[in-house]
Amino acid sequence: MLKDKYADRIEKIFAKYADKRSAVMSLLYLAQEEYGYVTEDACAEIAALIGTDPTQVRSIAGFYTMFREEPKGRYWLQVCTDLPCALRGADKFYEELLQELGIEDGGTTPDGMFTVEHVMCLAACDRAPMLQCNFHYHEHLDMDTMRALIAQWRAEAGVLAEAAAVGDAPAE
Amino acid sequence: MAEHILLRDLDVPDIKAFDVYVQHGGYEALRKAVGMTPAAVIDVVKASNLRGRGGAGFPTGVKWSFIPQSEPVKYVVVNADESEPGTFKDRQILEGNPHQLIEGAMIAAYAIQATAVYIYLRGEFWDIAANLDACIEDARKEGLIGPDVLGSGWSCEMYTHLGAGAYICGEESALLNSLQGLLGQPRVRPPFPAQKGGGLYYEATVVNNVETLTNVPWIITHGAEEYKKIGTPESPGPKIYCLSGHVAKPGNYELPLGITFRELIFEHAGGIPDGKQLKAILPSGASGPVLPATDAVLDTPLTYEAVAQIGSTLGSASIILMDETVNVAWAASKMMKFFAHESCGKCTPCREGTYWLRRRYEALLDGRAQARDIAILDDVASQMTGVTLCALGEFAVNPVRATIKHFRADYEAWIKQEAAEDKKAAKPAPAREKAAAR
Repeated sequence: MLKDKYADRIEKIFAKYADKRSAVMSLLYLAQEEYGYVTEDACAEIAALIGTDPTQVRSIAGFYTMFREEPKGRYWLQVCTDLPCALRGADKFYEELLQELGIEDGGTTPDGMFTVEHVMCLAACDRAPMLQCNFHYHEHLDMDTMRALIAQWRAEAGVLAEAAAVGDAPAE
Repeated sequence: MAEHILLRDLDVPDIKAFDVYVQHGGYEALRKAVGMTPAAVIDVVKASNLRGRGGAGFPTGVKWSFIPQSEPVKYVVVNADESEPGTFKDRQILEGNPHQLIEGAMIAAYAIQATAVYIYLRGEFWDIAANLDACIEDARKEGLIGPDVLGSGWSCEMYTHLGAGAYICGEESALLNSLQGLLGQPRVRPPFPAQKGGGLYYEATVVNNVETLTNVPWIITHGAEEYKKIGTPESPGPKIYCLSGHVAKPGNYELPLGITFRELIFEHAGGIPDGKQLKAILPSGASGPVLPATDAVLDTPLTYEAVAQIGSTLGSASIILMDETVNVAWAASKMMKFFAHESCGKCTPCREGTYWLRRRYEALLDGRAQARDIAILDDVASQMTGVTLCALGEFAVNPVRATIKHFRADYEAWIKQEAAEDKKAAKPAPAREKAAAR
């Protein structure tokens, strides 16, 4: 439960606002961090914390593009293809990225590593093509830098998977 | 300008650090302000004729003066939900010169005797928000934020709040709803945010843009008369122009209001790359009407009033440039996709209108459009005009009507070309592939 595991963080969030309801977005981010996406149970937990009903929380989660309502890849790539980026080659870059990973628009690679979506303006028009990966920006991209990033993320994930396997071993 | 007033990170790279900011005169303006009466602070900002840099250009001091002093709870909300396509100026302030924004926000808060300041950042500014929290903490430790600010007897807290990806939350009443944990949809006005019942938690609230507030410390330090020496009488001060699209040096340029499009694009930003001709200018992102790049347009000064006179808006001065290879109907389709995605769904003309317009543009790009579709696009857009709850619906009309007005030939070329393809006639290189290949 978020309430027990993150009691201090939740207290700090509530302290910012005159109304607990204002904490809903911060708590949705917290739930997403904990569970990977906004689960039905998380909505119920958050609703109980801020004194509303789960449907209200679900409606907030659905309204914004940064809340995931279903599981996504470990690396969630959101590429801006809005007009200013498109004028600097973002549409072509996006197509090539999908090809490189062998997936469709909005799809996830079979190994669960990458989800790739196109999104609206990310306020980085002067550094196009660009994307955000798990909320961090990568700018001035071309397919060479992109391939290097993909390799780096795959390596990172491999290291994490190994560490997790080692960590799991004693429990078995 | 020899020295930057807003983008001071270009002159002093480490000005984002509290100590460096203070060494360069930082927080002196707040000290000066709390030594004045709140009314005197408002008078200085009023006299400077600083106008809102978020896009509307409303006089900032006048906005502050609307707040009823008798209300016990009042708020300042900083709009850092920068989401207009082509706009990335607030981001540079937040990253490069955050303390000047914090100082400006605290001066605004003192002027209206606010009890708290909330900085609403777009959700993608995740890293920026974490850094801003640290900056606020630095200022709090020095008694610049919190109880009894600088011994003035006035107390005021400051907090950051992250959005989660919704353009509509840049609209001030939708932003306030979002901050209250409600759906980020606009409110019916009146009451306006400055009135009891209309602001954050329904208390009297000033909502100001990041760039607007970043001007305030300089105005307090140097006075309204000095400020008015920059820019023009109706549009004084410096402005950050965001240049993107087909321009040699895209980026932010801090220059006085009143310079011309030509000076900005060709003298400062290096002109159009690859020896191409400039075809079209969007002066205010996707929201403002497009302008053809004629000599008359290029020689127009960038002020709120002059750009309005030639049929567009200065807005937040997010200038998107398109060269001769662009089919402007394709650009309109991109903008319509944006507005259809970002329409909040609350009022019918905007929700339905942007949906149907987007579908017509998809038909155009897919080669399913006919000549009469141009009239249909214009007709649907005209039915949205003046009947939506907030400005998003009004903005969404501009990509359609202005592009048809100035670039009808681009629509016709697309329709003809697709028709020609249908008949398997010899086809010219499709305009959309040329644009996409860039």
